[in-house]
Amino acid sequence: MTETSEGAGSSLPAPSRPTPDAGSSLPASSRPVAGRRAAYVRTQRRRSLAIAATSTAVVVAALVVVVPRMPGWDKVREQFFDAETLREALPELIGPFWLNIRLFLICTPCILLVGLLIAMARNARTPALYPLRLFATLYTDVVRGVPVILWISLIGFGVPGLFQERAWYTKLIVWAAVALVMCYSAYVAEVFRAGIESVHESQRAAARSLGLSAAQTMRSVVLPQAVRRMVPALMNDLVSLQKDVALVSVVGIVEVLRKANNIKAEIFNSTPVVAAALLFLCVSIPLTRITDHLLARQRRRTSATAVA
Amino acid sequence: MGDGVLTIATGEPAFPPYVIDDAPESGQGFEAAVALAVARELGFEGDAVAWIRTPFDTVIGPGLKDFDFNLQQYTITDERKEVVDFSEGYYTAAQAIFGLADSQAASAASIADLKPLNIGVAAGTTSVQYVEDVIQPEGEIFVFDDNAAAKAALEAKQIDAIVSDLPTALYITAVEIEGTTVFGQIEGSGTDEFGLLLAKDNPLTECVNLALAAIRDSGELEAITVEWMSEYTEAPIIAAS
Repeated sequence: MTETSEGAGSSLPAPSRPTPDAGSSLPASSRPVAGRRAAYVRTQRRRSLAIAATSTAVVVAALVVVVPRMPGWDKVREQFFDAETLREALPELIGPFWLNIRLFLICTPCILLVGLLIAMARNARTPALYPLRLFATLYTDVVRGVPVILWISLIGFGVPGLFQERAWYTKLIVWAAVALVMCYSAYVAEVFRAGIESVHESQRAAARSLGLSAAQTMRSVVLPQAVRRMVPALMNDLVSLQKDVALVSVVGIVEVLRKANNIKAEIFNSTPVVAAALLFLCVSIPLTRITDHLLARQRRRTSATAVA
Repeated sequence: MGDGVLTIATGEPAFPPYVIDDAPESGQGFEAAVALAVARELGFEGDAVAWIRTPFDTVIGPGLKDFDFNLQQYTITDERKEVVDFSEGYYTAAQAIFGLADSQAASAASIADLKPLNIGVAAGTTSVQYVEDVIQPEGEIFVFDDNAAAKAALEAKQIDAIVSDLPTALYITAVEIEGTTVFGQIEGSGTDEFGLLLAKDNPLTECVNLALAAIRDSGELEAITVEWMSEYTEAPIIAAS
């Protein structure tokens, strides 16, 4: 688009018309048009800013003014947002939350590794590896088809039950973690697969024609490109994992949410659960912000060289 | 809650010895009988009594309650009293420990013998605090949502024993989990008083207390307790120290 025609210009809101030019008989040159356009953009920007500010103010006011005036607000506040209970509960929750964090930190690399292996197996092209491909397909289908909580209960209780003894490898928490790794690796494998398949076939062809082996092509050409595209989806799964770690409580492990519920049942006040939610947010918000930041930086870098 | 109807709530499911056959209307079972006796004392009988079911912890939330009183072994504590009303206690339960007969907890004679064990408890009960504060095991504490999960952990040999109130322990060992026995009740742990739970600042609380006092004075409460609970109080004593 090059110019704003007079007809379109007259439909603009009145204040957007630059006043110094009004009624001038200058021939249509680029300067006044550019000036008018800049002014128009400025007003539009100011207007949208005003609308955003007003709507935000209205929503905040509704929350701050209306909610506390609801008849049950005092009870709800005492039940969920009691400052003193929060202060007392938080220190008790830190220990159990550290357990959640450790489980998350241990499970994540395992999930990425197993997920990648499954994805590669699903992408295996050699006919001899067909059984592997079949297994990987079945694995993702079956594992993803059953709720995580059932897997944790089944594997968390079932496998230790097979041993009938007590050792590190029969601990309920170990097998609950294994179940988490199993479930999430199936989801993550699909993310990897989608990422790998999103790399254009010509990249593979080019790499192979340069003499790279299939493995080399995967490692040096396909994966580096695929990983970038996978990051947002992977982070999505990791944020979700961070919360699902709490499901290990089905085998009796006292992690942060279970601890919060114990305190809730003891004092009949739900604030400890809100405290646990705050702890979860302390991890998941930085996690998502860092990812966004990394992605933005990467986009700046790659887009600077991409389009000539 | 409606006109002329007293609405009583209990657990879903309700289980013996508190309610027999999950049918509180029949008055069979300890809590069913106590509830109907209190209702009769308040002047409600037959169709004037309605039963509803609530999960254990839905009563915690703020807002109006859809029952007049709720009984499912709620232990009276000061902290809970800040959120809801409790009647005077209608039963005092000791804490008991139970598990598979071949467990090393089977021979426990005192709390000291329980310390090295991995102990399981039911979520939401005061047994959780009891184990944390009094037994203070050096082993792990596991908290389970239901008896099935506790049973699975017992059978996988990952916990040595489960702590609950004595009547529940006797019921579970007799009916729910095969091969388990009650190892004992813990000396001095009989401080958990069960109370009827009402909405905070409910004017009915006072009436319920009067009704409870009346059935206690008349010996009816005693008779109900003997009828339904006598089988559920026999267990060896485990010393407190």
